[in-house]
Amino acid sequence: MIADSTEAVELGAIFRDHAGRLVAGLVRRIGDFDLAEESVQEAVIEALDHWPREGVPERPGSWLAAVAHRKALDRIRRQVRYREKVAELTSRPLESYVEPEDRLRLMFVCCHPALSRDAQVALTLRAVLGMTTAEIARALVTSEAAIAQRIVRAKRKIDAAGIAYHMPDDSELIERLEHLLAVIYLLFNEGYLTTSGPEPLRRDLAEDADWLAALLTRLLPTQPEPLGLLALIRIQRARSAARFDGSGDIVLFDHQDRSLWDREAIAAAIKLIERAAQLGPPGPYQVQAAIAALYAEAPSFDRTDWTQAVLLYDLLIRLDPSPVARLNRAIALERVAGAGAALAAVDELAGDLAPYYLFHATRGRFLDELGRGDEAASAYREARALTANPAERALLERRLAGR
Amino acid sequence: MKYMLMFAGNEEYFDAFRSFPEDVQKAALARVDNWSKEHSAAGRLLEGHRLQPASTATTVRLQHGQDGTPNGKALITDGPFIDAKERIGGYVIIDVPDLDAAIAMARTWPAGGTIEIRPLADLREA
Repeated sequence: MIADSTEAVELGAIFRDHAGRLVAGLVRRIGDFDLAEESVQEAVIEALDHWPREGVPERPGSWLAAVAHRKALDRIRRQVRYREKVAELTSRPLESYVEPEDRLRLMFVCCHPALSRDAQVALTLRAVLGMTTAEIARALVTSEAAIAQRIVRAKRKIDAAGIAYHMPDDSELIERLEHLLAVIYLLFNEGYLTTSGPEPLRRDLAEDADWLAALLTRLLPTQPEPLGLLALIRIQRARSAARFDGSGDIVLFDHQDRSLWDREAIAAAIKLIERAAQLGPPGPYQVQAAIAALYAEAPSFDRTDWTQAVLLYDLLIRLDPSPVARLNRAIALERVAGAGAALAAVDELAGDLAPYYLFHATRGRFLDELGRGDEAASAYREARALTANPAERALLERRLAGR
Repeated sequence: MKYMLMFAGNEEYFDAFRSFPEDVQKAALARVDNWSKEHSAAGRLLEGHRLQPASTATTVRLQHGQDGTPNGKALITDGPFIDAKERIGGYVIIDVPDLDAAIAMARTWPAGGTIEIRPLADLREA
């Protein structure tokens, strides 16, 4: 077992650096996604068994490559076409298989739109980031059996439906890239919302998402949206120290101690937005990053440039008319046009957002503002029934109690 | 790999289409015809048909015995087997390298609607 959380985090970073590369190289050589992915997964599990006791080898990449190589050979020997594949595998050392674009191709396979979003997330975590099934289950707060089944099904579909291991055509690149970005942002949110810092045996998905987004900016240097996503993630992470109080309760954005924000990180992220702007017209992640930057640069919450915020949300909604963006616009609109107008805007979203706790929590706040306490309380209760996150539930409890 | 593309559309749309002016219908069918010719010539399209309206469909629901195998009885009903707003209007069997190529082909389908892509399985595979 792993001795302490620091060590778990360090091992995680090592696997992340090598696993995707190795899977990618193996798939390209033998054209068998399942086999490649399983072999590397077994190598990671073997490393988790040996390294904490014996120490991390000097060249962990070679160690993993050698074990994955052996595992792949073991598996291939059980297969019908094993001779061809063995010849392919033994002709060159595994590490030399990998080209930079291989990992990108792997990401496109894992995030193929023909797979469900849940499957995309689980496959990316396992194949690209080298997480074990157990780690994924912990990170996504679900059972190991559920994750294992999701991965088996996804790989079966990749094989049966003929999802190929290649880069999308130029004409499809932007559309396919959206799926990669969506998976990375979902990972980020999953990590960001559920943790208040590194925990023992639990990978920080927010950090993994940061790493993946940064990797994408290097692999697709002419695309502006990966830069936008990276900036968005980094601005939010720069504020993470202020998100929880000493007892682990959420501190709402408007009550956060801004002196805890990492100003340097915010400035660096804004540079990323500027770089993205030079590459082409803005996409939704760049606009979201610009909104996050606008909030982060304001001297205080009340002195945020709300008119500018509403305008940026308008632009975002034109690019990506999601109900969540419209909900956030209503929150800014309250500052410009008052709670009445904001409540009217939110009520329009009832059809889309009824199962979303923030919809009810926001309605509750506007109703409170308008002096409609009973309706506010029932909105908070609806919100509470819709979230399992302990910090969010505690916050709603406080609001319900304080009336 | 071989795939079946199933072209689905709203039944009301299919009905409306049959009441369109003749030249509009002809032009639409010509676009579909060109699509078929182009993909046949490229060796991607193996076969395909437009289907008569779903109102002509008959469903045979085989009855099963205790052991799960058909027991020789059948329930014959009028209409398609699923009661959905969308109906299958036609199909093609294609042979392309991978799913992305099948998706690319489906994207160019000139008649609009919804397309389901299913890889064909070898009947001998269980």
